[in-house]
Amino acid sequence: MSKAKTKKTVWAIVKYATLVLGAFISVLPVVVCVITAFKTPEEYASTNVMDMPRSWLYFTNFIEAWQKANMGVAFRNSAIILVCVLIGSILTGSMLAYVLNRFKFVGNGLIRNLFLFASLLPGIAMQVSVYQIMYTLGWINSLPGYIILMCGTDVMSIYIFIQFFENIPRSLDESAIMDGCTYFGVFFRILLPLLKPAIVTVMILKGVGTYNEYYTANLYLQDKNRYVTVATSLFKFTGPLGNQYNYICAGVIITMIPALLIFILCQKQIYSGLTQGAVKG
Amino acid sequence: MSREKSSFVKWIQSGKVNKRLCIFTFMLFPMLLLIVFTYVPFAKMFQFSLYEMKYLGAREFVGLQNYLEVFSRDDCFQALKLSGYYIIASFVQLAIALWFASILSFKVRGGGVFKGLMFFPYLVCGIAVGFIFKFFYTRGFVLDTVLQWCGFNLDQLPYWLKDKSINNISIAATSVWRYMGQNMVLFIGAIMSVDDTLYEAAAIDGATGWDKFRYVIFPSIKTIVVLNMILAITGSLSVFEPPYVITGGSFGTGTYFVIMNELAHESQKVGLASAMAIVLLVLIFIATMIQKFIEAYFLGTGDKDSIRYRRRQKKIEQERKEAVLAQAKGGM
Repeated sequence: MSKAKTKKTVWAIVKYATLVLGAFISVLPVVVCVITAFKTPEEYASTNVMDMPRSWLYFTNFIEAWQKANMGVAFRNSAIILVCVLIGSILTGSMLAYVLNRFKFVGNGLIRNLFLFASLLPGIAMQVSVYQIMYTLGWINSLPGYIILMCGTDVMSIYIFIQFFENIPRSLDESAIMDGCTYFGVFFRILLPLLKPAIVTVMILKGVGTYNEYYTANLYLQDKNRYVTVATSLFKFTGPLGNQYNYICAGVIITMIPALLIFILCQKQIYSGLTQGAVKG
Repeated sequence: MSREKSSFVKWIQSGKVNKRLCIFTFMLFPMLLLIVFTYVPFAKMFQFSLYEMKYLGAREFVGLQNYLEVFSRDDCFQALKLSGYYIIASFVQLAIALWFASILSFKVRGGGVFKGLMFFPYLVCGIAVGFIFKFFYTRGFVLDTVLQWCGFNLDQLPYWLKDKSINNISIAATSVWRYMGQNMVLFIGAIMSVDDTLYEAAAIDGATGWDKFRYVIFPSIKTIVVLNMILAITGSLSVFEPPYVITGGSFGTGTYFVIMNELAHESQKVGLASAMAIVLLVLIFIATMIQKFIEAYFLGTGDKDSIRYRRRQKKIEQERKEAVLAQAKGGM
């Protein structure tokens, strides 16, 4: 009996020790950033990075970082991009899934395979030639152009929608058609409202990706005064400002705040959204 | 006039036409996007790879010269060696995620908080991760301070991002930091989908923690673990962001795509970069084919059982038949 008890205690110790260690490592790099963001330049230069700041109310770094990196514009641009891309990709993704799932027509299988094959191509490699196309279209330094590029339907969301359509009985469509509803009406009035859980999932996956997108934003929105996004705004801190970490850390913290807020508010949906996203076919 | 119009509307709304119209309009935009941003660039890339060219200006047809260069230059194909670091890192990441997932799927004090803290790095944007870790690894800064607390001397410690013997490990570790929590959440989701009664039954049978893991948890998440291991391999071939944002590929940390990006957008050797992209696409395609086979062999696809399972069933069946036969003979 006592042997079992010691075993249990040892297990509990191991369990909590690893958990604490894991959480510590996950949080440490960010916490140090927070600490540094509250230090004055002299303090930053003279104290060790792990020493606490003298005052937790020293917000000058945040204000400086906000102004230097043009973050007002950045947040406005990111918000516009996020809203448009989410609406665009949810509409295109769900419409395509509706057509592929509900109608039999020549080329249905082929189109599915085309999308599947497209998912194999790594995005970074494609940008070598996408850049040329964007250039020809005159969409470099154009917010609408970038938004359309980002809407580029990804297979993940199409799959999530198709899976969801499979669980909505077809008899629902059929009875609506009987009552004189058009196919468009079936989609917009009946099915789209039912898709809500799938839409939340796609919003989370696509939203995180779009908000954090750095590479393509940097490539296609080169005018850093007008078309800066939250992710690319940090780019200001490379170069001459490259080692003034009290500003950089403040900037990093600012970009993290929206993500943190949404995470705290929608933790459950984020976890379940991720899990559903992973169980695609 | 109004009569004509109403008949036109009727015609539009009639079943077949309406259906075709619906298919057409709903597919138009997604297909356009797919063609313009995936298949046209794909074709262009193939074309570019045969030329020596910049984005603007004259181009010269050079045949397969670019492909030969990919294999002969020491900075192109050689860079794929770095993938090894990232493959190992992603296996470590899966192991850690599995460990925490199997702890956090059960009642743990503060479980939600631990889960949240370990998951959050996934939501931090790539470039912020880059800055965070540049800071973290700087000489005498965060990591060095923590190690000094543990009794190391600053002189004993390497330069984490400059020392070529260790910098790739440092960078690969940041991607473990970022993605471990996400894997963990996926695994927790898979473990939670197991019927509770199974655990109860196991507890009644006196199963220890390890038994529970081995016989109840592991089978339920086997598929997703193997899938992630497979994804890790293709993912490691195309690593880009961690070295790009942390070191920019200097000090021997340039992975294949970092170098490709540099060639395309800085030196404007578009032809060579395209050839590099095509070579990697072929590699990824081969890897995916092998993966599909392994998946079918060990896990089965859709409602089909795995090839291995079917073979084993067949063998067992055969043995049973033989045993029955032997018994029948012995009985005689």
